[in-house]
Amino acid sequence: MAGARNIQAETGPMLAADGRPLKDSLNRALRRQKLRALLLISPLLLFIMLTFVAPIADMLFRSVENQIVQETIPRTVKALEGWDPSTGAPHDEATFAALYTDLVIAEEYKAHTRLGTRLNYEFGGASSLFRGTGREVGKWPTEVYTEQFVASDPAYRDGAAWALWMADPSVRAVLPLTADAYDAWALMTVVEKDDVPAEEQPLDFVYTALYRDLAAGALPQLMPAVDVDNWDSVAIRDLFLEEDAAWGELPVWQAMKSYGGNYTAGYFLNAVDMQIGANGPEMRAEDERVYVTLFIRTMILSITITATCILLGYPVAWLMANLPARSANLLMILVLLPFWTSLLVRTSAWKVLLQQQGVINDTLVWLGLVDDANRLVLINNEAGTIIAMTHILLPFMILPLYSVMKTIPPSYLRAAKSLGATNWTAFWRVYFPQSVPGIGAGSILVFILAIGYYITPELVGGNKGVFISNRIAYHIGTSLNWGLAAALGTILLVIVLVLYWVYDRVVGIDNVKLGG
Amino acid sequence: MKLKHLMGATVLAVGPLCGSMAFAQDIAECENCSDSMVLMSWGGAYQASQTAAYAEPYAALTGVNITWDEGSNEAVAKLRAASEAGNMTYDLIDVEGPDSQRACDEGLAVEIDFDEQLAAGADGSTPTADFGPSIINDCFVPQIVFSTTFGYRTDIAEWNGAVPDDLCDVFDLTTFPGMRSLESRPKKNLEWALLCDGVAQADLYDVLSSEGGVDRALAKLDTIKNDVIWWSAGAETPQLLADGEVVMGSTYNGRLFAAAAEQGQPIATLWDWQVFDFDGWIVPEGLDEARMNRVMHFLNFATDTQRLADQAKYISYGPARASSQPLVSTHATLGIEMAPFMPTNPANQKNFLVNNIEWWADNQDEVEAKFQAWLSQ
Repeated sequence: MAGARNIQAETGPMLAADGRPLKDSLNRALRRQKLRALLLISPLLLFIMLTFVAPIADMLFRSVENQIVQETIPRTVKALEGWDPSTGAPHDEATFAALYTDLVIAEEYKAHTRLGTRLNYEFGGASSLFRGTGREVGKWPTEVYTEQFVASDPAYRDGAAWALWMADPSVRAVLPLTADAYDAWALMTVVEKDDVPAEEQPLDFVYTALYRDLAAGALPQLMPAVDVDNWDSVAIRDLFLEEDAAWGELPVWQAMKSYGGNYTAGYFLNAVDMQIGANGPEMRAEDERVYVTLFIRTMILSITITATCILLGYPVAWLMANLPARSANLLMILVLLPFWTSLLVRTSAWKVLLQQQGVINDTLVWLGLVDDANRLVLINNEAGTIIAMTHILLPFMILPLYSVMKTIPPSYLRAAKSLGATNWTAFWRVYFPQSVPGIGAGSILVFILAIGYYITPELVGGNKGVFISNRIAYHIGTSLNWGLAAALGTILLVIVLVLYWVYDRVVGIDNVKLGG
Repeated sequence: MKLKHLMGATVLAVGPLCGSMAFAQDIAECENCSDSMVLMSWGGAYQASQTAAYAEPYAALTGVNITWDEGSNEAVAKLRAASEAGNMTYDLIDVEGPDSQRACDEGLAVEIDFDEQLAAGADGSTPTADFGPSIINDCFVPQIVFSTTFGYRTDIAEWNGAVPDDLCDVFDLTTFPGMRSLESRPKKNLEWALLCDGVAQADLYDVLSSEGGVDRALAKLDTIKNDVIWWSAGAETPQLLADGEVVMGSTYNGRLFAAAAEQGQPIATLWDWQVFDFDGWIVPEGLDEARMNRVMHFLNFATDTQRLADQAKYISYGPARASSQPLVSTHATLGIEMAPFMPTNPANQKNFLVNNIEWWADNQDEVEAKFQAWLSQ
């Protein structure tokens, strides 16, 4: 090697026929080949990215996404930055005034009810609190400010004058609340009403903001001077409390503060039966914990189902691999038959078979094995889920087992026996170890399918045999808490990946075979 | 109760003369309207009743092509997904009251001006007055009143001739032994449990909102928990009753009618403390002008007095308009008088509740968590 490099150093890089360096030429050829390969798979890649990876990533992202609070009530979130929840609900007028401005604007965009729905996930009552207050907030008697401004100088009624004042940087600098409220109003006027702000009189909340600015001692240039010292005023905090006493209590404020950020761990905490309390994350009340139990149950039942599949599938696969072709084919058809039947039909058939007045119980009673008064409870519990799912997933165990067993030469067993091994020793020491890759493949398939199952547990599992996936479906379809569903789904995905990694560590993924 | 005036009129249900099949020949011309619609509904017997009572007549009158999507049990989820994708594939969606509230809250449904956009009652009343208490929010155009109530088998020997006529018989395992079926959701079950635990109707939601209120209801349910099969689809209870798996169970009144009257099963309805709910249309946000015009034109036709009364020929749910009540007649194929099977029949509504949408919207999440934790214990 060293010699070769020396030669190169003396004579320069090795050249191809066209005079380019050989290495570049080779790279080019390879690159073209790679590109062609990529082009060939690009339709599939694009399809998978667009229809599978992107939607899943988008869905999983919802588990932390939380812009809605920040977007709907930005002023309130800002006002709450310096507030310490341990001192009780806020009392200062400024915070309530910020919330008032936010709510009036949100109500125009019809966003306040969506915020209520969001916060209702964190504390019950938010939904009607925001809906109810949003309905009333536009009718609050803040027009006293508007009237007093207009009475002191008619210019305050003039949209064009307002537009002029609010375009002036020096005015904006001394009237921060007013400038902010006016901007929001102007945007709303354009977007929601399709009007020109300079031709419209601002709404009451803009005058309210102006009053608050002036009362705080601001002296804007340009605008007609007014002295607001002895004006009639309304206490916005009192209006809130009159509307709903909940505004004077801690939970709603704490929820608005805790969930004010753009991203939240709240859904994930919820998914493991925790919540954000006054002092950071804490466990939920004992009687509200559901998800951890469900995750554990999903694991235990999935492992049980995998085990029963191995127990039932192994002998069948062995028979198929060792019987003469004709009988083996018949067996194969029997194994595949369930594949061609709808999942729902099979599950419903199990309902008919397993229920207390069903075929199995009737037969057992008729045979005298079970007393009529004590019929077996085989459905609407864990037993129902295990039985039905074992049946449905059995082919996924048998097929990989069969394809691996098919490759084990029968001569090995004969050799073991001829060397003096008993039937059991020959099986356990010689045959079984060679079939382990099949068990591995079957187990992974069955376990991963089982862990995400939803229809069958829903129909035959009652309340003791349902999986975490049933809760995910509930939150997607019924409660509409997609963030929580995404968090539960993410956790399930992570659990599967971790188990896969552990499996790889213990068994080795190279030891898994789906066929010869 | 406010609902009385709406419900009361059913007793006047008279012969087929009033329920004339003649369609309004002078249906107003629809200007700048699309020529097709996608309606989302529940499938099954209910959608069939809508098809027969107003979708087919409308299609025959206007030549509009109507496509059905049977997705209403997850309507709001689908509506939200379509709205986020910016591609509204549905023109009109059939939902229950609580779902309409959520769609309205999330800004997914259009607000309706009832008196402006809907047909006046056949008796001249304004739509607002005619629909009365069934107008539960600004987005919801009601069609029917249905109820969740109990059905029981009429051939149970162990009951020694006793017939359940009181809601609390559900909790009485000595007189009425056997399995029950209840929905695996807290709504309605908690109310029923409290009513049988001695809470007055007026105090129900105060008790449920108070500390320990939900626990009290769950404690009452504990007394029968071992004898309950929990259902998640409305079709399960009639099936369980027919199979003899349960002796009584809650479900929607129309399902019980179908099992008893149409299939001849030995099943009867226990109307005591039935819970009323409304089902109706919402119009999704994000339709273009032509589609919107078409939908409003259809809505005006499909929710008029006659059309809502016609629907009751096919299914035992009460029309949401007071003016439709006198026109309710006999079943289209069985020929039996429908009034006794209507939840709104005065004889059937000595005691009843109305689904408290507001309370449940507020407390659903917490109570659901408690209920599920209780179920899995």
